[in-house]
Amino acid sequence: MALPKYTETHYRIWHYFYLTVCTCVFFFLIAPLFVIFPLSFNAEEFLVFSDGMKRLDPDAFSLRWYVDMIYGTKNPWGLAAKNSFIIAIFATLGSVILGTVAALGLSSRHMPYKGIIMATLISPMIVPLIISGVAIFFFMAKVGLAATHTGIVLAHIVLGTPFVVITVTATLSGFDHSVTRAASSLGSDPVNTFMKITLPLILPGVISGGLFAFVTSFDEVVVVLFLAGLDNTTIPIQMWTGLREQLSPTILAVATCLIILSTLILVTAELLRRRSERIRGINR
Amino acid sequence: MSSETQKILTTDGIPLEESLKKAEKKNKIKAFLLVCPLLLFLVITYVFPIGDMLFRSIDDRMVTNMLPKTYKAMEQWDGKQLPPEEVFEGFYLDYKKLVEEKTFGKLATQLNYEKNGFKSILKKLKRKITKFEEGNYKEQIMAVHKRWADVEYWRALKRRAPAYSYSKYLKGMDMYENEDGKIVQVSEDRRIHKILWVRTVEVAFFVTVFCFLMAYPIAHLLATLPMKYSNLLMICVLLPFWTSLLVRTASWMILLQQQGIVNDFFVWIGLVADDNRPEMMYNKVGTYVAMTQILLPFMVLPLYSVMKTISPSLMRAGKSLGGTPFVAFWKVYFPLTIPGIGAGCLLVFILAIGYYITPALVGGASGTLISNHIAFHMKSTLDWSFASAMGLMLLTGVLAIYWVYNKLVGVDNIKLG
Repeated sequence: MALPKYTETHYRIWHYFYLTVCTCVFFFLIAPLFVIFPLSFNAEEFLVFSDGMKRLDPDAFSLRWYVDMIYGTKNPWGLAAKNSFIIAIFATLGSVILGTVAALGLSSRHMPYKGIIMATLISPMIVPLIISGVAIFFFMAKVGLAATHTGIVLAHIVLGTPFVVITVTATLSGFDHSVTRAASSLGSDPVNTFMKITLPLILPGVISGGLFAFVTSFDEVVVVLFLAGLDNTTIPIQMWTGLREQLSPTILAVATCLIILSTLILVTAELLRRRSERIRGINR
Repeated sequence: MSSETQKILTTDGIPLEESLKKAEKKNKIKAFLLVCPLLLFLVITYVFPIGDMLFRSIDDRMVTNMLPKTYKAMEQWDGKQLPPEEVFEGFYLDYKKLVEEKTFGKLATQLNYEKNGFKSILKKLKRKITKFEEGNYKEQIMAVHKRWADVEYWRALKRRAPAYSYSKYLKGMDMYENEDGKIVQVSEDRRIHKILWVRTVEVAFFVTVFCFLMAYPIAHLLATLPMKYSNLLMICVLLPFWTSLLVRTASWMILLQQQGIVNDFFVWIGLVADDNRPEMMYNKVGTYVAMTQILLPFMVLPLYSVMKTISPSLMRAGKSLGGTPFVAFWKVYFPLTIPGIGAGCLLVFILAIGYYITPALVGGASGTLISNHIAFHMKSTLDWSFASAMGLMLLTGVLAIYWVYNKLVGVDNIKLG
């Protein structure tokens, strides 16, 4: 972004002002995440940087909150993590299967009432979570699935499918349909064609949609607040309770782990996106 | 010529046109069948429950079912003077049954909503009702308390007769139906819901504006920088996007607390005195700051994807034609980014207007929004029909914006990352 030599002074000033603003905004976006990191290693119980930490005194740092997270008495995090992973994995599987199949139909140019159906399928992403939560709670209570894993998984499938539908239809928009026609002309049945030709080509989109569905379920708290009983507590529920009642550094230890997890997911998603762009580039 | 083309036959001897139509129809059904499982699933677990909410919000059969004989007798009563003996008799029979079943408490609560003072006279009646003699119930009931002889109470009772009512919706807008059947506003000091609606729209609007003001420059920078730098900076946008909402809210709670880093910084630069640290959390400031940071990626991504498609040569052309950089920006670049602005603003506004978690944690009393109020009625007062009514009012607003969004942007153009 070097400016040409002939730039007039007031444009030069304006340009540096613009860069300063951008830096501030990037800082505003990313800095809050890095506050959690050092504080989770705090040796004291308070959520402020102690004088020892400011002096970088090694005694001011400790792993006690991580130890508490894993071995703490009446430790809710183990059960919560287990539940979170089970629910998220099943919800992801359900969302991916239903969403991908639906996206295949939606990308067909023969699809009738495409607009209204697409709008309906995406709506769980748009409708405020509190409304989804209330509605799904009434439904699950009626069919006797409130406070069960099954109920929460079904609710998360509802919330996760829009992401899969969006990413897979986006991948399919650059899809060359002549390859599937070639497969059928060579005598392949539709299921075989899908498994051997279509799926490998759209896989990056499917996986990135799956990642979205996983994160949505793993991070979802509003609907679970209505649905969960004592046995179905999840990590977000525990964090929510912790944040409401008392902010303990153990929560920051958990938060640090979650940030690491989301970094991993981000890297995977980025790699997939690039791969998908490359594949689609070849197709064109 | 046209008659000849119609005569073209396929090898089976069927006219080609018909055969094509058949194939077309088959493809349509095939496509639809693929969408069917998800559509059916969503209709059962999502669309139908939302319809059920609508039903709950207007369902007022509880009182109607509790007093069937009373309301039957009331059909002939014009409501001008005290009701006739039959109504009193019906009410006596209904209420006696409720007392025997021990469910009269619910009735008392419901009727007290309609008119204050009902609870006490119903309690009084409950004690006396076992000693009633047969016949002339009007006299006996009116002897229990003088309010039973007040026609206003009987009118209030009659107002609860319909099985369905929109009173919860009126309550959500701080209005009610008065004795004459007119819709009026509640007294000024009790208009709590209006404040909440205004505040919700206000917060959503300003969060959208702040997001736009912050997202525009950085989206521009990301779109114009060379790939290797912009990919690195993109992480700053995507990492918060993928990070748990609760983690981000927690970090704001740490930053904004009174002994927190932001306050430390203000003290350090001398903006505020150490013993006079401002309260930045548990009020509107906290809600604004945290929500803006959390929703910012949803503004940056659509803007970025639009700006990426704008060729830099357009700006150069604008400048070469004699425009200053500002003119070239305003006349050439900015108009081209309007689709992105529309998409980003609508998305952020829709998400902000239904926000629940962040306002509940950092909003305090003055920073809570409609969603928090709905949750309060679901969990604390258990007035589920009112929660449903409020939810549906909010939903109507959101769906209206969603409709505009769909018209302007198209749901199939939503970009994720």
